[in-house]
Amino acid sequence: MNATNNEAPERSEIEGLLPWHAAGTLSRRDAQRVEEALARDPELARRYALAREELAETIHLNETLGAPSARAMEALFAKIDAEPARRQATSSDFGGRFSDFLANLSPRTLAWSASAAALAILLQAGLIADFALKQNAPGGYETASAPSTAPGVGAFTLIRFAPQASFDDINKFLQANKLSIVAGPVPGGLYKVRVAASALPKAELGDIVKKLGQDKVVGFIVTAE
Amino acid sequence: MQTTSDEALIARIAGGDRLAMQVLFARHHVRVYRFVLRLVRNQATAEDLISEVFLDIWRQAGKFEGRSAVTTWMLSIARFKALSALRRRQEDELDDEMAERIEDQADDPETALAKKDKGTVLRQCLTGLSAEHREVIDLVYYHEKSVEEVAEIVGIPEATVKTRMFYARKKLSELLKERGVERGWP
Repeated sequence: MNATNNEAPERSEIEGLLPWHAAGTLSRRDAQRVEEALARDPELARRYALAREELAETIHLNETLGAPSARAMEALFAKIDAEPARRQATSSDFGGRFSDFLANLSPRTLAWSASAAALAILLQAGLIADFALKQNAPGGYETASAPSTAPGVGAFTLIRFAPQASFDDINKFLQANKLSIVAGPVPGGLYKVRVAASALPKAELGDIVKKLGQDKVVGFIVTAE
Repeated sequence: MQTTSDEALIARIAGGDRLAMQVLFARHHVRVYRFVLRLVRNQATAEDLISEVFLDIWRQAGKFEGRSAVTTWMLSIARFKALSALRRRQEDELDDEMAERIEDQADDPETALAKKDKGTVLRQCLTGLSAEHREVIDLVYYHEKSVEEVAEIVGIPEATVKTRMFYARKKLSELLKERGVERGWP
């Protein structure tokens, strides 16, 4: 960093950290060092403002890049389906074991314990749903103008899964009916689920919705555009 | 919390859980796509690459040891795929494309008008950086990666990450100056 060689080594080092400080990815200790330096050094503070401008415009630039089409997801799962089947392994980590434990509980067992039911719902929300909450959170980077990531090709339904449905129940339901979640949850806990790779006549889609709605995993289902 | 959830998903993916793969894909594919797109600068190629990236994740989930964040591992795979794709393209093709971009921006009346907007100029200059500089800027500012994580993704020492970031920002200042924006740094 030649341009800063004639400056105090500590200032040069702190200046090198400014981009990470702007992004909020420094350790607490380093962040405090930077904060202290910024408070006593107006020129450093001015340069920090430059880093913050760069941060804002880099986010802006990336957010205007849009999102991939449904083709990417379709290509991926076509390749996955072509892969040799894998045995469902028992997870060795705590999260996996906990998930397996909850997955093996029957709805009746869950009904015995309010806390267990709450955990099951939390697990379902956490494992299946929080990606959308993260992506659409007001504090996130998604802009109102960014294209939706929801693929537009195919026939779709909106499903809210039954609260007592376990992770495994939902997994089996999706696999058995060759369904894939493409977006969600939207407010109300609804997921957009693709039921066919191409558009279907209204009556045919209605029949599918009726059939799927009979599964105990489904709490609510309607057709979607 | 997000990291823990990602790790739990990877554990399930390692066991062949297709739904977990769908969730992981839905959660991260846009950011991975944007990272790759900024490197390869071609939407169709970027789309092809993200399905390859996630297929690798599906295949290698059992080998993930959790030493780094899942997103860091994911971006490392994405970077490798993007660079491999770039190597397959002719160098002169890239140069031509780059030249066209810069020229187009300079000749575009709307762009000329927008030059009054510092933010617009800054974004244009960010686009004009080299792939190496774009990459480090994006990883730090957009993908929120620490010095250690950038070092892991790019495969360079941490000191080099800081140096590269410095030179990327310095180059940015030079490009801005060429377009009439003086930042007084470095």
